Amino acid sequence: MAQKKKWLEAAVHGIFLILGLITVGCVLLITVYLVASGIPAIREIGLVPFLTGEVWSSTAAEPKYGILPFILTSVYGTAGAIVLGVPVGFLTAVYLAKVAPVRVRSVLESAVSLLAGIPSVVYGLVGMLVLVPGIRKAFHLPDGASLLAAILVLAVMILPSIIKVSVTALEAVPKEYEDASLALGATPIETYFRVSVPAAKSGIAAAVVLGVGRAIGEAMAVMMVSGNAPNMPTSIFESVRFLTTAVASEMSYSSGLQRQALFSIALVLYLFILLINAALNFFLKRNKEESN
Amino acid sequence: MLKMQSSARRKGYIAAMKFLMCLAAVLTCALVLFMIGYILGNGIPNITWEMLSTAPSYLENRVGILPDILSTLYIVIATLLIVLPLGVGAAIYLNEYAANKKLVSVIEYASETLSGIPSIIYGLVGMLIFCKNGTSLLAGALTLTIMNLPTIMRTTQESLKTVPQSYREGAFGLGAGKWRTIRTVVLPSCVDGVLTGCILSIGRVLGESAALLFTAGSAHMLYNFFEGMQNAGATLTVALYFYAKESSDTGVVFAIAAILMVLTMLINLAADLVGRYFRRKQET
Repeated sequence: MAQKKKWLEAAVHGIFLILGLITVGCVLLITVYLVASGIPAIREIGLVPFLTGEVWSSTAAEPKYGILPFILTSVYGTAGAIVLGVPVGFLTAVYLAKVAPVRVRSVLESAVSLLAGIPSVVYGLVGMLVLVPGIRKAFHLPDGASLLAAILVLAVMILPSIIKVSVTALEAVPKEYEDASLALGATPIETYFRVSVPAAKSGIAAAVVLGVGRAIGEAMAVMMVSGNAPNMPTSIFESVRFLTTAVASEMSYSSGLQRQALFSIALVLYLFILLINAALNFFLKRNKEESN
Repeated sequence: MLKMQSSARRKGYIAAMKFLMCLAAVLTCALVLFMIGYILGNGIPNITWEMLSTAPSYLENRVGILPDILSTLYIVIATLLIVLPLGVGAAIYLNEYAANKKLVSVIEYASETLSGIPSIIYGLVGMLIFCKNGTSLLAGALTLTIMNLPTIMRTTQESLKTVPQSYREGAFGLGAGKWRTIRTVVLPSCVDGVLTGCILSIGRVLGESAALLFTAGSAHMLYNFFEGMQNAGATLTVALYFYAKESSDTGVVFAIAAILMVLTMLINLAADLVGRYFRRKQET
């Protein structure tokens, strides 16, 4: 009887160990598949021409596979979204964490959660029907689908992540810091911006990095508003293609080297994301240490 | 930390900061209100019973979205059925069994990495792994399973941490083995975490499109659950994307967007209520 029980316990332990390791397995599986399917095209095209080529014409008689336009578009698009989204998100977070009365706060927090939950295709749809025609009219362009439209949509989409993480970081600031500042004669607003915010800076940095990750990984909303032409992003009114949309827009009809090149683009995107994740972890860890 | 400043400059700084802060909060609010108003205002008048209850037909010139609604429902059910045991099991391992600190941190790092991977990459890898025989709802559900693992794990783990150690000691003291303790004492006390994880996952599955585009396909056919699993089908979000791109008829697009918006609001409400209910229960 006791023997049987021991066996059962060992078996259950084993099963849970396997379940515990499943996330590690998934990460390895994703990495292996992306590397294995991304390397062949890079090898054939050459790493330098692939990363620094300025022309992508995958369906031409003499196809060219340069993804510099996609990389730059992703970088510029993300930077633009951060420049617009971070100040708004950060100030809203300070208001929510420190100033807002309880009732206002709970309403605003559910509003922010709703903003986070809206599917990206719905953002894309609103961008397509409101922003794109708006930009066309405001700047007298032939077509409003542009880098600018994508930046605006992304800025809205990263707002909830920035607000939520910043609020958490601001709330973790020890109350003593603020009390000390108030007792020294600083007004509440001065205290929030000159004591609480510097004390929460690692957490706020994590919020920004999270926003970068969200923006660089977004595909559908961007695909619906950015125009999708593989141009170099020379101006914000250019019709452009991001790393994510480059993969998505040609996947359904691609074959051969073109298809393999799409996997290589995904591999490049994955490397970007791994870097961003490492940065995110660094800031979150430091934030935890600081608040202890 | 505070520099000496003339009082006029201080006042200016305070006023400016206050103004900017309120401006940002108002802007955020206005964005949310605009999204809700624009989508519901344009969408709800376009929702008809015929649209909700039929499949699209070129012959009769109608765009029904019933198949898309069913596909969404099937994918939600299938994803939850697969991800729940896996995610809850992983959380139990981390919280109840794992003794090796290094292993725990590796698993947690992997789970954080998973939650940071963009959905388009999930879609691509899901296509490579699960779509050897073409797209199907099952392939979509399996892809979404990997995506939602970290969510279920995190929420379950958080609520496992709140189960008092004395419960476990009590069960051990009465002679229960580890597995029996987990099954009869620990698991029932972490229902709130599992439920919260479910709600969050449903929300994510409903809103997901990039990961499903190449795994679940884009057909609009009426199937029952088991047929659907083996066949391709567009969820509401994927259908919205294709209708928005291809057809000039914005009625159906707005109708789907409005349905998605209402579902998102309901899910947020449910998550809120569940959170509040269990917090109150914990306090008493």
